Amino acid sequence: MLKTFKLGGVHPAENKLSEHKAIEAIEAPEKIYVPLGQNLGAPSVAIVQKGDKLKTGQLIAKGEAFISASLHSPVSGTVEKIDTHVDASGYRRDTIIINREGDEWEEGIDLSKDLIKEITASSEEIIEKVKACGIVGLGGATFPTHVKLMIPKDKKAEYLIINAVECEPYLTADHQLMLEKGDEILVGVQILMKAIKVDKAIIGIENNKPDAIEHMNKVASNFAGITIQGLKVKYPQGAEKQLIKACVNREVPSGKLPIEVGCVVQNVGTAFAVYEAVQKNKPLIERIVSVTGKNISKPSNFQARVGTPISLLLEKAGGMPEDTGKIINGGPMMGKAINSIDIPVTKGCSGILLMDKKEALRATEYNCVRCGRCTTVCPMGLEPFLLGLAGENLNWEIAEKENIMDCIECGSCQFTCPSGRPLLDNIRLGKYKVGQIIRNRKN
Amino acid sequence: MSLLTVSGSPHVHDKDNVTRIMRIVILAMLPAFLMSAWMFGMGAVKVFAVSIAACILFEWLIQKFLLKGKSTIGDYSAIVTGMLLAFNVPSNLPIWILIIGALIAIGIGKMSFGGLGKNPFNPALVGRVFLLISWPVQMTSWPKPLGIASPLTDVITGPTPLGILKESGNVVDAMGNPAMPDYVQMFTGQMAGSVGEISAIALLIGVAILLLTRVITWHIPVSMILGAVLFSGALWMVDPTMFVDPIFHLLTGGMLLGAFFMATDMVSSPMTKWGMLIFGFMIGVLTILIRTFGAYPEGVSFAILIMNAFVPLLNKIKPKRFGEEVKNG
Ligand code: SF4
Ligand code: SF4
Repeated sequence: MLKTFKLGGVHPAENKLSEHKAIEAIEAPEKIYVPLGQNLGAPSVAIVQKGDKLKTGQLIAKGEAFISASLHSPVSGTVEKIDTHVDASGYRRDTIIINREGDEWEEGIDLSKDLIKEITASSEEIIEKVKACGIVGLGGATFPTHVKLMIPKDKKAEYLIINAVECEPYLTADHQLMLEKGDEILVGVQILMKAIKVDKAIIGIENNKPDAIEHMNKVASNFAGITIQGLKVKYPQGAEKQLIKACVNREVPSGKLPIEVGCVVQNVGTAFAVYEAVQKNKPLIERIVSVTGKNISKPSNFQARVGTPISLLLEKAGGMPEDTGKIINGGPMMGKAINSIDIPVTKGCSGILLMDKKEALRATEYNCVRCGRCTTVCPMGLEPFLLGLAGENLNWEIAEKENIMDCIECGSCQFTCPSGRPLLDNIRLGKYKVGQIIRNRKN
Repeated sequence: MSLLTVSGSPHVHDKDNVTRIMRIVILAMLPAFLMSAWMFGMGAVKVFAVSIAACILFEWLIQKFLLKGKSTIGDYSAIVTGMLLAFNVPSNLPIWILIIGALIAIGIGKMSFGGLGKNPFNPALVGRVFLLISWPVQMTSWPKPLGIASPLTDVITGPTPLGILKESGNVVDAMGNPAMPDYVQMFTGQMAGSVGEISAIALLIGVAILLLTRVITWHIPVSMILGAVLFSGALWMVDPTMFVDPIFHLLTGGMLLGAFFMATDMVSSPMTKWGMLIFGFMIGVLTILIRTFGAYPEGVSFAILIMNAFVPLLNKIKPKRFGEEVKNG
C-alpha cells in the first residue's frame, strides 16, 4: 500500500530528464578547488600547506567543532595554495586549490568492486569511521552524519528511515544510484542500523520510480529488518518531518528533532557513502550529480570528484546552451541559483539544473487575492501569506507568533500562489530575523 | 558569458495565476449569460455590455488619475465585476442607473480599498445593494422572459416568484397565483428575475467548470446550500402553509448565483476550510431569514455582504499545524 503525508503538498512537473542515464564517472580536471565550508555547521580547518604533496583520500582539513566534518583530498597532487574561490553561496570563500598529478590513492583504501556484506565494526567504531571519512548528509542538507548517529543518552531510536524519495523535480541521482548500487546501499543501511542500535529500517521511495522500488525490494529480501515503503508522489515528501509522517505516521513536534519520535533519517546516497567508508575505508571525495535542464543536449548522472568545477560537468553534458538564464545548484524547488560556472562540486551538490532565459523569469506579481491556496498547500500547516506579509512589513512579533520558525522553506506556497507573491523570500528574511531575536533572548 | 539570474527558491511556478482564474470565471458565467440573452433578448445583452465596459473604464480612470498606478485592467477582474453586476440587475434597468452602479462597484467596492485583493466586500454586490436602496422601483421591476424576440423598450414586467410569495403572505395563495411558474420553468429559467440568476441549469454548468478547474472548492457553495435547505426545511416542516419548501428557495432569486459566483469570490471569503464552511452556512441561513421575515423578498446579497464583514473574524480560525504541541493540562 502506498503511503504519504497528510497535510498540504504540491505536484510540480517532474521533468526527470536524466532518468535511467547510467552513472558516468568523469575524470578529475588538472586543477581542483576544495572549499573548506562544505557542511552545515562550522567550516573545516585546513591541515595542509602550499607545496604539500597529497594522495587521493588523504586528510586535508579537520572538522574541529562539534558540528563539522573532515575533508580529504579528491585527487593526488600538490597544494597550489589556500586562497579564496567562489562557491555556491556566490561569495569567495577559503578554498584549498590542488594541482592534480595522476590519481594515486592513499594506502588502505579498498578500490575493488567486491561487495563486503559482513559488518565487523561495533556501533562506536562505525560512528568513528563515519566521522573520520567526512560523511555528511548527501541529500543536500550536508549535516555531518556522525552527529546524527549519536543518539542522546535519554532518547532511544526505534526506526532508521532512509530517504530515497528524491521529490525534487529533475533530480535523478538517488534513483540511478539505487538501480546500480542496491546491494551496497542495503549493507550501508545495516551499518547505520547497527550504529544507532535499531532493528527496523524503512526505505521510502516515491512510486514514480517503480523500477527502483522493485529492485530494492528484491535486494532487501536478503537483509533482515529492512522494509521498502512505496510512497505516493507528493512534494515535499523528502523533507524529514514529512517523510517520518508518511512512513510511520508520527509527527515530530514543533521545534524538535526526529529522535523525539524515535526516528533517525538518512539519505540513500549517505547510506552508500557509509558503506564505502566503513567497509572500504574510503572517505567522501566524490558524489553523483545530475546535470539536467530542458536545453541540455545530454542530461546525465555524473560521478564527480569534489572540487571539480561545474563548467567541466556542463561541457560533458553537451555544453552550456546559448540562452541559459539561470543555473541552479540542486533542484528547482529548494536549490540555490548560482552566479558562476567556476564553482566546484561540493559534498552537498545533488544536481546542476539549467534554465533558459524565459524559465528564469518569475511569475507576474499581483496583489494577494486572499485565495488561501498557500495555506492549503503548506505542509507545516502555516499561513504563508501572513508570514510573507510579516516579512514585508518587518513585523517580527507577528512572524514569531505565527510560528515562522516551523517553516521548512519547501517553497510550496510560492510555487502555488496565483498572484506570484515572493512569499518565501520574505519568510526567509523573517526566519533569519526571528532566529536572531530568539537567540538574543536566550543569552 | 551573459548574465545569470540569481533569485531565491523555488525556481518553478505552478501554471495557475490570477489572470487565468479570472478567465475561467468569465467562461463559467457564459452559460448563464447566454440563457439570459435567450430569455430577455437584447435587453440582457445591452445591460451586459454596458456594465462590463463601464467597470473597465472606471477602473482604468481611477487607477490612472486617482491612484496613479500601473493599469490593472489586464488582470480581467474588472470584467468579472462587470459581469456579476449585470447578472444582479433587471434586464430593463435604465442605462444611467447601471453606470452609476458600476461606478460604485469599482470605485467604492474595489478601488477605494486599494484594488484587487484588498476589498473586504464583493464589489458587484456593493454596487447592486447601492442601486437597490437608491432606485428600489427600477431595481425591482422585472421584465417577463419573452424569448429572443423581446423588444428593447416597453417590455412587459411581472413579479418574481419570491415577490409573489412576499406579496401573498402565505404559500397557498402564492402557489395559486397564475403568475407563479412551476419548478421545471424555474429550473430552466422561465421566470422573472435579474439577468444572471434565472436559470439553475446554466449556473450548474458554470459551477461545474469552476470546480473542475479548481478555481473554487466545494466548501462555500455546499455549506451555503446546506444552511439554506436546513433552515427553510425546518420552517417548512413547522407550517407548510406559511413557509415554502426548500426547493423553491433554491430555484428562485439569487440563491444559486450567490452560492456559485458571489459568495465564492476568493478575495472576500475566508481562507481556511472551516472558515469557509461557517461562512457559507451562515449566508444560507441569513438568506432564508431575510426572505422569510425581512422587508425585502430577496436576501442573498445582504447575507453575503453581512458575512463578508465577518471574514476577518473567521480568518482567526487557524489551520491545523504540523507537530503542534499537545497541551498537557
Ligand atoms: S516554504 Fe514554509 S511557509 Fe511555504 S509552504 Fe513550505 S513550510 Fe509552508
Ligand atoms: S496563495 Fe498567494 S494570493 Fe493566495 S492567499 Fe496565499 S499569498 Fe495570497
